[in-house]
Amino acid sequence: MNNFKEKIFKGITYTASLFTIIVLFGIIATLFSEGLPILKYVNIKDFLTSPNWHPTHIPADFGTLSLIVGSLVVTTGALIIAIPLGLGSAIYISEIAGPRSKEIIKPIIELLAGIPSVVYGLFGMAFLSPFLIKVFGIPTGLNAFSASIVLGVMVVPIISSMSEDALSTVPRNLREASFALGANKWETIVKIVLPAARSGVISSIMLGFGRAIGETMVVIMIAGGAAQIPTSIFQPVRPMTAAIASEMGETVIGSPHFHALFGIAIVLFIITFITNLITEFAFLKKRK
Amino acid sequence: MKSRLIFILVVAGLILLNMILACTQKTNRINTAGSTTVLPIVQAAAEVYMQNNPKINISVRGGGTGIGIKSMINETIDIGNASRKINKRESDLIDKKNLIETAIAKDAISIVVHKDNSIGELTLEQLKKIYSGKIYNWRSVGGNDKKIIVISRDISSGSFEVFNEVVLDSTMVKNNAMKLSSNNAVATAVSYTPGAIGYIGLGYVKDNLKVLKIDGVLPTCETAMNNEYKLTRFLYMYSTDTPKKLAQNFIDFILSDEGQNIVEEQGYVRIKCFE
Repeated sequence: MNNFKEKIFKGITYTASLFTIIVLFGIIATLFSEGLPILKYVNIKDFLTSPNWHPTHIPADFGTLSLIVGSLVVTTGALIIAIPLGLGSAIYISEIAGPRSKEIIKPIIELLAGIPSVVYGLFGMAFLSPFLIKVFGIPTGLNAFSASIVLGVMVVPIISSMSEDALSTVPRNLREASFALGANKWETIVKIVLPAARSGVISSIMLGFGRAIGETMVVIMIAGGAAQIPTSIFQPVRPMTAAIASEMGETVIGSPHFHALFGIAIVLFIITFITNLITEFAFLKKRK
Repeated sequence: MKSRLIFILVVAGLILLNMILACTQKTNRINTAGSTTVLPIVQAAAEVYMQNNPKINISVRGGGTGIGIKSMINETIDIGNASRKINKRESDLIDKKNLIETAIAKDAISIVVHKDNSIGELTLEQLKKIYSGKIYNWRSVGGNDKKIIVISRDISSGSFEVFNEVVLDSTMVKNNAMKLSSNNAVATAVSYTPGAIGYIGLGYVKDNLKVLKIDGVLPTCETAMNNEYKLTRFLYMYSTDTPKKLAQNFIDFILSDEGQNIVEEQGYVRIKCFE
């Protein structure tokens, strides 16, 4: 009887893992079979390097450069905000805070991760955007800058909690050895603990990058939606995810525009795939 | 052992299938989706209608005209709300299913600016130049020296297509125009952005926005009714030619006097005098 139970359990877990893999490959296959046909209408150089995105105009322009740049600008901005905050709080929680404050701060930061992105979007639209107009006197509050701020806040808990895990797995004796050699707390953290936890910290940043570049609702609501290459961070942009999500509903299946949106999805997929690879390698290195 | 496992799986599958079927067979439910311009009318009408007929459940979703019509084609909803007529591309996909088109109200696309803007009116030509990027400062149209922030709607919006047709006449919207996804998003953004210009359905105009005259005419119920205001359009509900009786009843309710009163309450224009 025990043997039977074991077999069933094995079967169930096997099916589950197989199912995930099948779905993943199904998605990749769909992505490429629906996205590659766009190259019949526009050559790959224009598709990737022309900044003109006028998919419904006649004749249509399918240049995605402005969308790619839009995504990268917003994501970079988010990381610039999130890395110091996330890493800073991770160091504080793991190295400096006493057990009491650690118990309070950690769940609060993790709570940030549980807020739905549409709520962040509402906050950005209703509060942050008018606030930025008043403070900076910029012409519009829906721009790359405000989207970066909101995305940055969303990414903080990812970087913070993953880095904190990495920092706390650094063996105690390393720290003790450092103190024994006469290093103070600051030197120990910067020169010993952080380098030792390097791979975990890097993968937390990569994961944050993946979260920020894939986020859709917030950029639809706050980034402004203008398909242009911004000349300043206070200009509206249209990240790739926003273009896909807000245009897919309108396209006729099989039209050039439809294939173009899948083409953007391929670009997005390749970018996140590469970052995941980097994360993976960072982890592999750690295991050695 | 194996046959027993397969048997269990088959039974589980059948139960799941039954559950799915039971969900889709709910007959006293009307699903609508589509234009966010039509949304306030449908929402208000649905509330009254559900109060009068407690057994009926109406689900109202937005998404934009394109999505409404597409869901109609895919038969995932019963009524598709649209702020423009169905276009050739879309009608080609459904000719076999014969859509019924019902005009339920009239709307005026209102051009709105920040309430502190000194401009009171624009011509269609100036509007076209602003949206295509030839005019980029309010000074050029007689206002203060301030950059114009052009706000447009996303391409799944019927307002966008009507605006393109009437105002832009197939010139391109300039690259750096912001594209927002709903009437409300445009209204909110314009209300706190001093240099902004945007377009929204008449029903979304609030006190914190300034409505511009276009070619000397202010969008109101009267000027929309007699076509004096140029940016007017009909709002439609699409249903299939064998509509569930429920859906047809709901459309009839909106066309009734009570329904048309709701249309007016929501800031749109009655359809009645048109027929």
